[in-house]
Amino acid sequence: MNFVVSIVFSGAVVTLLVLIPLVGVWAFDLRVLFGIVIPYAAVATFFVGLVAKVVGWGRSPVPFRIPTTAGQQWSLPWIKANRIDNPKGNGGVVLRMVFEVLLFRSLFRNTRMEFRNGPRITYEFEKWLWLFALLFHYAFLVIIIRHLRFFTEPVPFFVTVLEKLDGLMQIGIAPFTGFQLPGLFLSGLALLAAVGFLFLRRLISSQMRHISLPGDYFPLFLIGAIGFTGILMRYLLKVDIVAAKELTMGLVSFQPTIPGNVGVLFYIHLFLVSVLFFYFPFSKLVHLGGVFLSPTRNLSNNSRAVRHVNPWSYPVKTHTYDEYEEEFRDKMVEAGLPVEKAPEQPEGEASEEETGEKE
Amino acid sequence: MADLPKPEELAQIDHSPSLHKGLLGWMDTPVQIRPGIALYAGKPQSLEYVGMPNPREWNPMDEDWKLPENWKEIILEGLRERLDRFRSLKVFMDICVRCGACADKCHFFIGGGDPKNMPVLRAELLRSVYRKEYTTAGKIMGKIAGARELTYDVLKEWWYYFFQCTECRRCSLFCPYGIDTAEVTIIGRELLNLIGLNVDWVAAPVANCYRTGNHLGIQPHAYKDMIDFFCEDIEEVTGIRPNPSMNRKGAEILFITPSGDVFADPGTYTAMGYLILFHYLESLGLDITWSTYASEGGNFGFFTSHEMAKRLNAKMYAEAERLGAKWILGGECGHMWRVIHQYMDTFNGPADHLEAPVSPITGTRFENAASTKMVHITEFTADLIKNNKLKLDKSRNDNLVVTYHDSCNPARGMGLLEEPRYVIRNVCNHFYEMPENTIREQTFCCGSGAGLNAGEDMELRMRGGLPRANAVRHVHEKHGVNMLACVCAIDRAAFPDLMNYWVPEVDVTGVHEMVGNALILDGEQERKTDLRGEPLPGMEEEEDV
Repeated sequence: MNFVVSIVFSGAVVTLLVLIPLVGVWAFDLRVLFGIVIPYAAVATFFVGLVAKVVGWGRSPVPFRIPTTAGQQWSLPWIKANRIDNPKGNGGVVLRMVFEVLLFRSLFRNTRMEFRNGPRITYEFEKWLWLFALLFHYAFLVIIIRHLRFFTEPVPFFVTVLEKLDGLMQIGIAPFTGFQLPGLFLSGLALLAAVGFLFLRRLISSQMRHISLPGDYFPLFLIGAIGFTGILMRYLLKVDIVAAKELTMGLVSFQPTIPGNVGVLFYIHLFLVSVLFFYFPFSKLVHLGGVFLSPTRNLSNNSRAVRHVNPWSYPVKTHTYDEYEEEFRDKMVEAGLPVEKAPEQPEGEASEEETGEKE
Repeated sequence: MADLPKPEELAQIDHSPSLHKGLLGWMDTPVQIRPGIALYAGKPQSLEYVGMPNPREWNPMDEDWKLPENWKEIILEGLRERLDRFRSLKVFMDICVRCGACADKCHFFIGGGDPKNMPVLRAELLRSVYRKEYTTAGKIMGKIAGARELTYDVLKEWWYYFFQCTECRRCSLFCPYGIDTAEVTIIGRELLNLIGLNVDWVAAPVANCYRTGNHLGIQPHAYKDMIDFFCEDIEEVTGIRPNPSMNRKGAEILFITPSGDVFADPGTYTAMGYLILFHYLESLGLDITWSTYASEGGNFGFFTSHEMAKRLNAKMYAEAERLGAKWILGGECGHMWRVIHQYMDTFNGPADHLEAPVSPITGTRFENAASTKMVHITEFTADLIKNNKLKLDKSRNDNLVVTYHDSCNPARGMGLLEEPRYVIRNVCNHFYEMPENTIREQTFCCGSGAGLNAGEDMELRMRGGLPRANAVRHVHEKHGVNMLACVCAIDRAAFPDLMNYWVPEVDVTGVHEMVGNALILDGEQERKTDLRGEPLPGMEEEEDV
């Protein structure tokens, strides 16, 4: 895809997604639709879709044991094996996956190729993608956990603790405190910063521009819009938070209600989140589940020590030794090579076929 | 054959897809098949011999590739079947986020700059069709959802780019989800083979291997002649003539090495190294045989389809069983070891007719090979050295300033990193590593693996090998390195051309060639030359006389 089209298209779709609830709630008062029906449908789609996806992957077997080995194998006892990057057993695999999923270990290896004339090629420090990817995902996680406040009563202690930590850095520093604004959460800003970085990276690097699809810009814009509307609600165009919680608690307790006084901004935010839930199982975002199922990472490298079975293995036609000896017996005998069956009689001139030797 | 540009010209590489190309978008940039990059088509007789579909004369430069009428149906059905058979493929089709970490990790992109050689785009060539056929979003939204129709042009693009990947898995190392382009390429090629799209440099070796036991089509008597010839050469250098056995029943160990080692320099010197080692160990209790039937360690079937890989690989166990061997020792080779390590037991096992390998010299039991029953020769030799079983004179390799190239497959599909280094350090005095981003698990491909080691694609090979050559040049300039050691027959075949092109001062050797030079045989004459017939250090004078 042309990157201008991709960006314009993705931007337009997100704009439309903002306008839909705006018009829907303001002009048509479709609060039940946007506050109850769509969120339920979205969450249902998310779970059913994601489970279906993972089950679909799981249905396909893993015929061969193909880990990408990233360290010394286990072989001779005096050679130190790398138990994590080249795991021999399941313990190592678990560790490898923990590092992969929680710390993005493979991405941490990233380098940047520098090509100079000569040619001289070097591989330079490039941890920014790793850093911002980590920031993006953890900020997102913190935000999700913080939002548990809206779905629990009483609010669990870890949510409160996390909120404190998240707001800690800003206490006393934020110039807004004087204006009776709530303390700023770092996670929200971090998320927007990371989204910004990931977008600019796609835009500025010609390689990234070349490979990016609308499906890469759209989720960034969508998540950016979700973060932006969330921050707007909290700091500037405040909505009635008590009413909002009434709505969310209604959803989670399956006794949905629509309190009359929640601002439209809340419905926009909720709708965008719903869209993210809808979109998730049908997009690249399923890497959330897929990362656990990648056969190059989640298998131990012990295929010479323990037999791996391919469930759909089928017999194949091979060229047997007997067929081989049948063709070359006379030549073998002449060369003094042992044979299974003595040659019957001299055949005269054996056909000397061209073998198509390669260099 | 296309003229190969000079290194200075070839080195003018632009890695930024231009704005123009960007505006057009890669999906709409039609494939241009270039001589010097593309390989020749597989010949009909090669395909016929092994019963592969659609054998015919065709030329990739022609408009018409002479495909069956229902080619699209065959490919899409084949894809559906493989999605159901390989979780790897199914997951890799869905989860790429196009973060671009792989983009500048591919040697073909680094050395060529063609954006479709960024691993992410190579996979997208297949992924775009997958989306169109198997995802709802792709069916409805088309290109907006990254989906596109499988057209004749897209098919040609597949063929062109799946034969510009050496399945080296370097990208897979850097991918946050472990997406493995080798897996995509392997399956992509498998699909292409369903309608007879192959390359000669894979199809011919496959047919040869099927018939004669090895890729080069060496017949049994010729194979034996070659080994005899090496023994003569060894006698000339050492005064001792090894007496290897071939196809001998009752031998404890069956030895299998790539046929490149018995056919082409400098692999032949590695073969001599094996012969010297085996001769040395004979008196210590080694009972080993070579085979003319299983005379190929490598497996070009792996570059064709999983099925063909299995068909060719079957010989190893079959021959070991026929000869009554207890276990198998494998020579220096790259993809051979990927197949042995990650596939062989699954393909053709369980090898219950064999026993878990035990070194007859040291008594070491190779637990790591207990099921597959096949040991890598550097594992075997490292164990010998560690147990002080070898008398070595390192100084005989003093003319060499050595660096070591990790072959892609043993590095990233096995983890054989220290064994060859341990052997090298014990047989030579001057060893220097290349920069860390270019060795071990991050090693760069020779640029000629996975069936690309032909003559007609020399430009592609020189481009793909540039990152490796660049690292070699670095240690050549810094430490005076003049010898590139490796444990792969394709490397030994490909590197001489590559070095000659980019770093002409550096030569190529197998690890066991250096072992053969350093090993002190009982009763040997004073050696004046190495196995290549070049004077040993301090012997240059006498050579002149």
